[in-house]
Amino acid sequence: MNVTFSNEELAFRAEVREFFETEFPQDILEKQNNAVPLTRDDVIRWHRVINEKGWVAPNWPKEYGGPGWTPVQKYIFADEQARANAPGFLAFGLSMVGPIIYTYGTDEQKQRFLPDILQTNTWWCQGYSEPGAGSDLASLKTRADLNGDHYVVNGTKSWTTLGQYADWIFCLVRTNTDVARRQEGISFVLIDMRQPGVTVKPIIMLGGEHEVNEVHFENVKVPIENLVGEEGKGWTYGKVLLQHERTNIAGVARSKFDLTRLRAQAEKSIRGGEPLANDRNFMRKIAAAEVELKALEYTELRTLASIASGKAPGPESSILKIAGTELHQRVDALYLEAAGYYALPYVRDQYVLGFPENERVGEGKETSTSLTYFNHRKLSIFGGSNEIQKNIIAKHVLGL
Amino acid sequence: MDLSLNDVQLMLADSIEKFVANDYAFDTRQKYADSDDGYSMDVWNTFAELGWTAVPFSEADGGFDGGPVDIMVVMERFGRGLVVEPYLANVILAGGVLKRAANAAQKEKWLSPLIGGELQATLAFVEPQARYDINNVLSTATRDGDAWRLNGAKGLVLNGGNADLLIVPARTSGKQNDTDGITLFGIAADSPGVSIRDYACIDGQRAAEISLENVAATADLVIGEIDAGFAAMDAAVADATIAVCAEAVGIMSVLTEKTIEYAKSRLQFGVPIGSFQALQHRMVDMYAAGEQSRSLLLWAVMTLAEGGEESARAVHAIKYQIGIAGKLVGEEAVQIHGGMGVTWELDVAHYFKRLTAIGLMFGNADWHLDRLAT
Repeated sequence: MNVTFSNEELAFRAEVREFFETEFPQDILEKQNNAVPLTRDDVIRWHRVINEKGWVAPNWPKEYGGPGWTPVQKYIFADEQARANAPGFLAFGLSMVGPIIYTYGTDEQKQRFLPDILQTNTWWCQGYSEPGAGSDLASLKTRADLNGDHYVVNGTKSWTTLGQYADWIFCLVRTNTDVARRQEGISFVLIDMRQPGVTVKPIIMLGGEHEVNEVHFENVKVPIENLVGEEGKGWTYGKVLLQHERTNIAGVARSKFDLTRLRAQAEKSIRGGEPLANDRNFMRKIAAAEVELKALEYTELRTLASIASGKAPGPESSILKIAGTELHQRVDALYLEAAGYYALPYVRDQYVLGFPENERVGEGKETSTSLTYFNHRKLSIFGGSNEIQKNIIAKHVLGL
Repeated sequence: MDLSLNDVQLMLADSIEKFVANDYAFDTRQKYADSDDGYSMDVWNTFAELGWTAVPFSEADGGFDGGPVDIMVVMERFGRGLVVEPYLANVILAGGVLKRAANAAQKEKWLSPLIGGELQATLAFVEPQARYDINNVLSTATRDGDAWRLNGAKGLVLNGGNADLLIVPARTSGKQNDTDGITLFGIAADSPGVSIRDYACIDGQRAAEISLENVAATADLVIGEIDAGFAAMDAAVADATIAVCAEAVGIMSVLTEKTIEYAKSRLQFGVPIGSFQALQHRMVDMYAAGEQSRSLLLWAVMTLAEGGEESARAVHAIKYQIGIAGKLVGEEAVQIHGGMGVTWELDVAHYFKRLTAIGLMFGNADWHLDRLAT
C-alpha cells in the first residue's frame, strides 16, 4: 500500500501542468481569477484548445476520440485542471449525451453527433426535469407521439442549464402512457432546438444570473432516427447516464483549489487589524474542511483503485456526491465569512463588464463570494437531491 | 498508487478475523473483561504464538518488520472483536519506545520477552495535570550518585496493574512543558516506592494511577539518552493514536452493520423500523462517517509509513475525524437500537463505550483540530 505516483504518472502531471501554464488561453484564466463570467464564445474557444490536444473527453473510449487514460491519469488531469483554476468541461455533451450515444446509439448517430461534441460544434443541454417532475423524475409528462416517420413532442422541460446557448437538447419523453410501471414507456430522444415550436424562457437564479431555463415544445417534429436505443428504454439509459461519471462527481480537485486559495488568502487578508489567519475560530473551520476533503479524496481514490483493477466501483462510491457537494458548500460559506461586510455589495456588473480594479466596490473578488454561495446551493439539489441520494444508498447499499 | 494489502497483510488479516469469529464471541470477551486481570493470559499467549505481538518490530529485534499499515490491519480487526487484551500498552506503547530507544541489553531484557508474551509492560505517558500534552511532565528523576531517584504521579496508565515493566518519563531538566529534559526509565513495577492503584475503565479495559516515591533507578535503567526521551515517547504515542483510530474504524463498521441488521428485523407499527426514512437517512450518515474515516485512515497510515513532515498532520487529522465520526456512529447506533441500546446486555453498548473512550484518549477531536488550525 502506498500513495506514490509512478514516474510515468509524474511525467503526465508535468505535461498537463505545462499545458495549462502555456497553451491554455491565459485570458480565460484571467477571467476565472477575477470572477468574470465566461461568454459562450470563451467556453467554445477553450474547449477547442483542449480538444486539439486530444484531451477534451477524458472518459471516452479511444475509438470514439477519448485519450485512453487510466483512472489515475483522469484523476491527475482533473487535479491539474482545477489547480490552474481552469473551468470544468461542459458536461452535457461530453459526459452525458456522448456516452449514451456511443453506448446505445446507431453507427449513423455516432458519426453524426460525436465529432461535433468533441469539437464543440454543437452545444448540448439536458431535458430531464419538468416543472412537475424534479427528484421524482419518472412522473415526467412531456410526450412524444409517433406519427409516421417522426414523433410529435409536446411538453415542458425545466432547469435546463445554459439552454439559452444550446443547439441540441437530449430529452426523456413519454412515448407510451399505457404502462404498468411509470419507469416504462419513457424514451431517449435528441431534439434540434433550432426549429419552430421550441421556445426557451429564462429562469433567473437567486443571485440574479441567467443560468437555467424552461424549454417548451409545441408540436415539435422529431425524426424517428433521433431516437436513441429502443423505444421505451429511456429510463434505463438515463440511469446509466447518471452513474456514468463516478470519478470527479465529488469535485475534490475544485474543493482542493478553493481551500488552498482560502488558506493563502487568510494569511494576507487583514481583518480587524490583523491577518484573518489569526482568527482561531475561522482557522479551525478551514482545518475541519481540509480533513473532510482529504477523507473525500481518499474515498474517491478507493473508487478509482477498484475501477483501475478492473472491478466495479465499491459501495463507498455512493457517498461521493453527498459528501462532495456538502463540502463544496461549506467551503463557499467560508469564503463568505472571510469576506464579511464586503460580501454584501451586489454589483454584478463589476465582473460582467470587468471594471478596472480601482473602480470596483471593495477589494474586488470578495463581493462575488455571496453569488457563488447562493449559486452553489443547487449542488445538493440537482442530479438527484442529496436526500434522494440517501434513499438510494439506504436501499441499494445498506439493503434497507 | 496502490491501495491494496499485500499477501502477508492479507494473511494476517485473515488469521485475526478467524480468531475473532471462532474464539472471541461477545460473551467470552465479557468474561475476560470481568476477570481479575481484565483480559485472558491464554489469549495473550495465543497472540504471541501466532506472531501478532511481533508485528511492528524489526527482524533484528525478532519481529516482522511491520509498519503502520500492518498495525492498521491488526487493530481494525481487534476493534471488530472488541478485544480487551493489552496490545496497545504492550506492543505499541512500551514496545514502540523500546524499539526506538532501548540499547541491545535492554532489548534482550525487555523487548524479547515482551514479544514472546512473557513480559507485560506499559508506557506511563499521562500525568494527572497534563491533559493531552505529553510533554507536560512534572515527575522528576534526580541524581543519586550513579543512580537516580524518581518521584511523581502518573495517571491512566494503560495495563498499569498488570505490567511488570513500567516505562516512566521523568523530568531530568527543563521546565514543566519542555520537550527537552525528559528521560525515560524502565522501572520494575515491584520496585520499592512504586504504588499502583489498578481500576477498570468504562470500556472494559484496565488502567492504573501510579505514584512514585523515591524510587531508585540504576543507570542501566535509563532508556535512550538522558534528557532526550521525548522523541521516542512522542513517536510511540503517535503510533498508538493511529492504532486506536484503526480500532475505531473496525468498531464503527460493526456498529453500522449491527444497526442495519436490527433495523431490518425490529418491527414497530407492523413494519421493520428500517423502512422509516428518518432512520434510513441516519444509517446512511453512519455508513458515510465510517467510510470517510476508513479513507482518511488509509491516507494517514501511508503518510506515517512514508515518515515525512506530513506525519504529524496525518495523526492530528485522523484522530480529529475519528473523534467526530465515532461520536456520531456510536450515539446513532444506540439511538436506533432504542431501549435495547441502553442496556448492559447488548454488545452495541460496549462497542459504543469503547468508541467513547477512544474519543477521549491521545487528544480529543478539539485538541487535534486546534493543532491543524495553525
